[in-house]
Amino acid sequence: MSVHRPEGLSDVFMEPTEAPPAAPPNLPTLGFVGWCRWAWRQLTSMRVALLLLMLLAVAAVPGTVWPQRAQDTAKVATYISDHPTTGPWLDRLGFFDVYSSVWFSAIYLLLFVSLVGCILPRTKVHLAGVRGRPPRAPRRFTRFPAQGSGLVDAAPSQVADDAVAVLRGGWRWLPFVPTYRVDTRDEGDGTVSVSAERGYLRETGNLVFHLALVGLLISVATGQVLHYRGQAIVVQGRGFANAQVDYDTFEQGTAFTPSSLVPFTLRLDEFESRFDPDTLQSRDFTAHVTLTNPGEEPVEETIKVNHPLDAGGAKVYLQGNGYAPDITVRDASGEVAFSGPTPFLPQDEVYTSRGVVKVPDVSGDQEQIGLVGYLLPTVDVRETSFGPAYASVNPQPDDPALVLAVWRGNLGLDTGVPQNVYELDEARMTQLMDDDDKPVTLVVRPGETVDLPDGMGTLTFDGLPRYVALDLRHDPALPFVLVFALLAFAGLATSLFAPRRRLWLRLSPGAGEDAGRTVVTAAGLARGDDVGLQPELDRVLTDTLTRTADRPPAAPRGPTSGDATP
Amino acid sequence: MTTGDLSTLLVWGAATAFTIALIAYSVDLARIAERSQKRVPEAVLAGASASRPATAISGSEAQSAPGRSPRAEGIARSTTVLGLVLLFGGIVLRGIAAGRWPTANMYEFTIVGVFVAVLVLTIVQRRRVIAFVGVVVMGLAVLALVLALNAFYIQADQVQPALQSYWLIIHVGVAITATGIFTVAFAASVLQVLRSFREEALTAVDGPAVTVGSTSPRSDRFRRWVGGPKFGWLEQVPGSRELEAMSFRLNAIAFVLWTLTLIGGAIWAEHAWGRYWGWDPKEVGTFVAWVVYAAYLHARTTRGWSGRRASYFVFVGYAVVLANFTVVNLVVTGKHSYSGI
Repeated sequence: MSVHRPEGLSDVFMEPTEAPPAAPPNLPTLGFVGWCRWAWRQLTSMRVALLLLMLLAVAAVPGTVWPQRAQDTAKVATYISDHPTTGPWLDRLGFFDVYSSVWFSAIYLLLFVSLVGCILPRTKVHLAGVRGRPPRAPRRFTRFPAQGSGLVDAAPSQVADDAVAVLRGGWRWLPFVPTYRVDTRDEGDGTVSVSAERGYLRETGNLVFHLALVGLLISVATGQVLHYRGQAIVVQGRGFANAQVDYDTFEQGTAFTPSSLVPFTLRLDEFESRFDPDTLQSRDFTAHVTLTNPGEEPVEETIKVNHPLDAGGAKVYLQGNGYAPDITVRDASGEVAFSGPTPFLPQDEVYTSRGVVKVPDVSGDQEQIGLVGYLLPTVDVRETSFGPAYASVNPQPDDPALVLAVWRGNLGLDTGVPQNVYELDEARMTQLMDDDDKPVTLVVRPGETVDLPDGMGTLTFDGLPRYVALDLRHDPALPFVLVFALLAFAGLATSLFAPRRRLWLRLSPGAGEDAGRTVVTAAGLARGDDVGLQPELDRVLTDTLTRTADRPPAAPRGPTSGDATP
Repeated sequence: MTTGDLSTLLVWGAATAFTIALIAYSVDLARIAERSQKRVPEAVLAGASASRPATAISGSEAQSAPGRSPRAEGIARSTTVLGLVLLFGGIVLRGIAAGRWPTANMYEFTIVGVFVAVLVLTIVQRRRVIAFVGVVVMGLAVLALVLALNAFYIQADQVQPALQSYWLIIHVGVAITATGIFTVAFAASVLQVLRSFREEALTAVDGPAVTVGSTSPRSDRFRRWVGGPKFGWLEQVPGSRELEAMSFRLNAIAFVLWTLTLIGGAIWAEHAWGRYWGWDPKEVGTFVAWVVYAAYLHARTTRGWSGRRASYFVFVGYAVVLANFTVVNLVVTGKHSYSGI
């Protein structure tokens, strides 16, 4: 059996059991192939694997130090503008996309190449080992960590049979599955040796773990290629269809086809929230929705945090919620210029929500209107020297109010540049001031209508529906990711906790005073530290000797009976 | 007094009991040091007369009985158990007061983690007290408890919707257990490194002072320092190979649990956040710790890296585990910011 060993791996089971004849180092000159082989041996060596592992650990850290595009694009933009000299350089070097950067990918890909280069040959060796016989007993037992000896009144071959029976005996709790693979060899001169090995599972677990990691990587990559993910804000009483255009943001893998979207529709009927009355921390969010699959009756469902809804082969998650004040704006000529709910984004735990209402469709040649401000679910007004200050004191809509500043001018919606719906482009807008040259602040409660300044029209706060932010995700590789992760876990646990042991017994006919008896010597070797090795060797030895001693005397005992009469 | 207050009181009681245990372990350690200091010439002689390093190991085990203080050890053992009982009561009452499983914020994570670490310490020491490991683990335990009570404490309460899942029990529970076991393994590794330096220093006395890996003058000076009379108590602890085996066994268990933490966390993240892996700071920290401990397991089987050098990976790994708990929770904002502080 050829023994493959990764460069630098220290493993007692791969050491030759007898010292090899010392050969002078033979160093041929390296050609191109030689260099390639040398590089491959280096890459698959334990030392390089160790180096790559530590490099991977170090390379993963910058992702927590610098903001990452994958999580927060806005934060990255802020960082770059705040650090005009270092920012662009860090960006060029991939510090804002660490986990998809060239250097990070290079490290883990090299690591996986090294892993495969190390594991595949070992799998071959292991398969051969599983099919083969346990290794022959070494000539001398003195250098092994576990040793034992005994003396018994029986012929060596008889003791060997008993030893084989004991070793094949199985576990106490699982008696029919043999623990050891056993092999006997006749060493000549009446001496018999028994070799036994157990714990092939240990190496199997090790190989399964590493191969499962490769499977995991491939599954994750496949998921990246096939997945899609969409985010939509849905206001109470309204719905959306599972089509790319209906999502606010949509992200897909390279192999995704739009036709794979199942065209279901989802409507938000009601949203419930519960908060702790003292700390105002959230306690429960429940979205009651109606799901209509194509060609089926509508069904009522709920979506909660931690309880996504399965729809059209994808999962729909409840990722956020808030208020979308329903506002109607009439322009100076009394025409309805805007009407409908506008989602406001919660900024804190009392749902102080910021939002922008853009009113482009004013009649005639009036100026466009922009409203910027806050929704306060439960308003608290405090008089200060600068005038009244408004704040929210409860996330529930007990006494809601809109506090808005008014702008007029050109909203810039027709420039063709995509705009953030939650920000007002103030470039061509002017804020309206009152007679004291202070910004105009409108305070509106539900059902109220207020006049816009300078006779620009009126604003009506019609109602306060809620909205939910839904996140829909489909990743066909998920079951594979899970299976490979669990395989890796099982393999790891087996490789660390299943003991791998080799035991040898040598049974030689006694000489001189012990003539006619059998001298038993035994040795044991384990992979890694194994406190159970010596006890196990002792048990095997004791059981074998007792078994032989208890055996009914078979046929004429021959020379053994001579013991009694010295 | 409410259930929550009673729980806090019990945790304070546990901190007090552990402080007494810490003092008792320190007294025990000091006694051992004192005795062995008197016997230093003898120890050096024993080392000198021995031609094999193995003699220093087996020799010290044989002498384990005389240098110890049975009274201090008795006090240490009983106060440790008392502290464990008080802490367990505190954790149970905390869970009752909050009406949920008590592993939802930094305070609860810390007190349960200390419980696991001290429990593992008690199990490891059931046959033989290793005063130094006791001092390290108890020192960390008292520090962590006081920090938890003063800096991390928040009122027992329900949790936000994202945490309302049975994964809170599995994922966080397993993570805490792993952290507790890593702590004891770390203490064993520290002791192993000290012990191994001393073994080298003592065997170097008879032969030329050339030992494996002795290259830099600084490590030579350190070796001489550890080999000196100040560290005589090291003669009383198990041999470095035995400590290495102990540290490895604990680290192996904790590493498997850490892997389970990662997998469980990924499954929960898939349920709650809609993705199984998103390079959240906590995920990165857990991943880095996992990779470092994986490197440790590889180092143990790499020629030239086993023994003392492999245990340096344990130091790095444990530092990452601690940073992942403290720095990532308190400084970095991410999806795991549940500390409540």
